[in-house]
Amino acid sequence: MLTFILAFRNLMGSGKRTWLNVSVLSLAFVVIIFYNGLLEGWNVQARTDTMAWETGNGRLSHPLFDQFDPFTLADSHGKTDEGLLTLLGKDASPVLITQATAYPNGRLFNVLLKGIDTRQTLLSVPVRLMDSLASAGEGGVIPAVIGDRMAKAAKLKAGDMMVVRWRDANGTFDAREVMIAEVFRTNVPSVDVSQVWIPLEYLREMTSMYGEATYITLSKEGVAKLNGAADDKLPASGELYKGWRYEDEDALMHEIDTVIKAKKGSSTVISMLLLCIALLAIFDTQILSIFRRQKEIGTYIALGMTRLKVVGIFTIEGTIHSVLAIALGTLWGMPLLKWIQHTGIPMPSNTDQAGLAIADKIVPVYSAGMLLATVLLVVISSLVVSYIPARKISKMKPTEALKGKLV
Amino acid sequence: MENNKIVLLEGVCKRFPAGKTEFTALSNISLSFGKGEFAGLVGPSGSGKTTLLNIIGSLDTPSEGTADVLGKRINLLSHKEAAQLRNYGIGFIFQTYNLLPVYSVYDNVEFALLLQKMSSEARKKAVMEALEWVGLTEKVKSRPSMLSGGECQRVAIARAIVKKPQLVLADEPSANLDSKNSHHIVQTMKRINKELGTTFIFSTHDEKVMQYLDRIIYLKDGMVDKDETVNK
Ligand SMILES: Nc1ncnc2c1ncn2[C@@H]1O[C@H](COP(=O)(O)OP(=O)(O)OP(=O)(O)O)[C@@H](O)[C@H]1O
Ligand SMILES: [Mg+2]
Repeated sequence: MLTFILAFRNLMGSGKRTWLNVSVLSLAFVVIIFYNGLLEGWNVQARTDTMAWETGNGRLSHPLFDQFDPFTLADSHGKTDEGLLTLLGKDASPVLITQATAYPNGRLFNVLLKGIDTRQTLLSVPVRLMDSLASAGEGGVIPAVIGDRMAKAAKLKAGDMMVVRWRDANGTFDAREVMIAEVFRTNVPSVDVSQVWIPLEYLREMTSMYGEATYITLSKEGVAKLNGAADDKLPASGELYKGWRYEDEDALMHEIDTVIKAKKGSSTVISMLLLCIALLAIFDTQILSIFRRQKEIGTYIALGMTRLKVVGIFTIEGTIHSVLAIALGTLWGMPLLKWIQHTGIPMPSNTDQAGLAIADKIVPVYSAGMLLATVLLVVISSLVVSYIPARKISKMKPTEALKGKLV
Repeated sequence: MENNKIVLLEGVCKRFPAGKTEFTALSNISLSFGKGEFAGLVGPSGSGKTTLLNIIGSLDTPSEGTADVLGKRINLLSHKEAAQLRNYGIGFIFQTYNLLPVYSVYDNVEFALLLQKMSSEARKKAVMEALEWVGLTEKVKSRPSMLSGGECQRVAIARAIVKKPQLVLADEPSANLDSKNSHHIVQTMKRINKELGTTFIFSTHDEKVMQYLDRIIYLKDGMVDKDETVNK
């Protein structure tokens, strides 16, 4: 306790330099929280959006389906279990996928034709308009919805027509006209870029894959329902369930986690650099103050302090920088971070990399665990850089220290 | 060991490494100091005064011989035991005052007591009493930078005596002071010596200080040249 009081008094007495160090460290503290909060916010947003638009909270895929390999699509479809779909109702949404070629405005695009149930509510892909058009229209034109990235690339807008050509189950080419019923806006590029969504029944008919799907998306309730069943519970992720491969949330989010981890790596570099600068300043201050205050150190020892206690005072003195920095960082950083959380961080639209869902605005998320980890990081690292120079005191001769000479 | 001798040096030598050879700062010093002495080590610069005081103060150890201070053999003390001895038994006064600049006068004096287990009321009483001895009760809140050299040294005296040590070691306490202040602080110490029975050992080459000493030990080249008792 005494050590703390003495260290605090000394530090407060040493003025400007202290505050400079504290300011730099508080900057590092806030920036680390900001970056982590941003990434966590992105993570949350990407997961939420991807689940809402593409994966749901679980998925039963045809065993041959590989979302990274379009060549598997020709074979990865199978008859859905009607009993299962009836049981699940709104909590399941089957999707059938076929490779196709689209010819918007006379140009050629390789696309994925995705058949989606026009009555489903599980995925956010807008199906309402398709549903009313499909039930009204007789045969001829197929209603379709596309995302705005696809619309931009193909120069399409609502009401436009284009020809699509595909191979049916027997390998024969066929072509029909589709009409863009609606262009939707999504944060998830993988339901947008090179995708054309059409009613499931049309696609089944076009490809003669009656009653078939490539995968069945499950809602949270759907997963719970299946897990709650008396027999035939869902298996572990990656295992087969009634002939379909089950993937849970974590498996579906694996790609996002990987990208976020990679992003974390690069943001950690920046954060650590800043932290290092701050720590270096403390380290430097410690060395300087131990050098300049030798007489004081000698006096402490002459007054009956043990060397270890003096080491303790100097170590704590350095470490208090971090406590002050956290206090200061909280003072100016909290309102700022709160405000950023309130307004969100606008993301440039060209950050659609790696097909990862990214919103126009990311709302940072500051979790208690992350805050605690950052506090500990700052305190412990400054404790270490304060201790290393202070350790030298225990090797000082008090007589030399009193003379104020360098040992 | 005679029980009224609080410092007993026998055959003390101190050698410092100097390049490839050794430099002998003290050679074969045998001296003793009794309770309540007001004694001074006098000698030219480099004669070993500070070195000897450091050994008595357990800040250093003899290379040869034995030093017993307040019943403790300095040669054998661990760092912790030596710290304990200084904490309770020995007060130091330095030529350059060595006050802690960020502390007030009060805090500087109190500091010596913080290392001892003592209630805060007892501490406060002791600090004020010590400041009364040196006549600085008016300046408790001042910082050392706001004080004159004489006042600083009086704070240092208060700090040295506040824990009521048996022994006070003062290394050239008047070297940085003008003659009026020199007289003042030595008179103060003499008064403390008389009334509290505290033993003082000085090092000095200041005539003004010497005239108050009861005993003067002349050092020359690390050896005792003369040991005279005066004023008696
Ligand atoms: N750590 C050391 N290493 C080497 N030599 C030392 C050391 N400390 C003291 N000496 C030498 O020992 C001798 C005695 O030094 P000391 O400081 O005791 O002298 P002093 O009598 O106090 O002198 P002054 O009046 O100048 O303070 C000096 O010649 C000094 O150079
Ligand atoms: Mg000296």
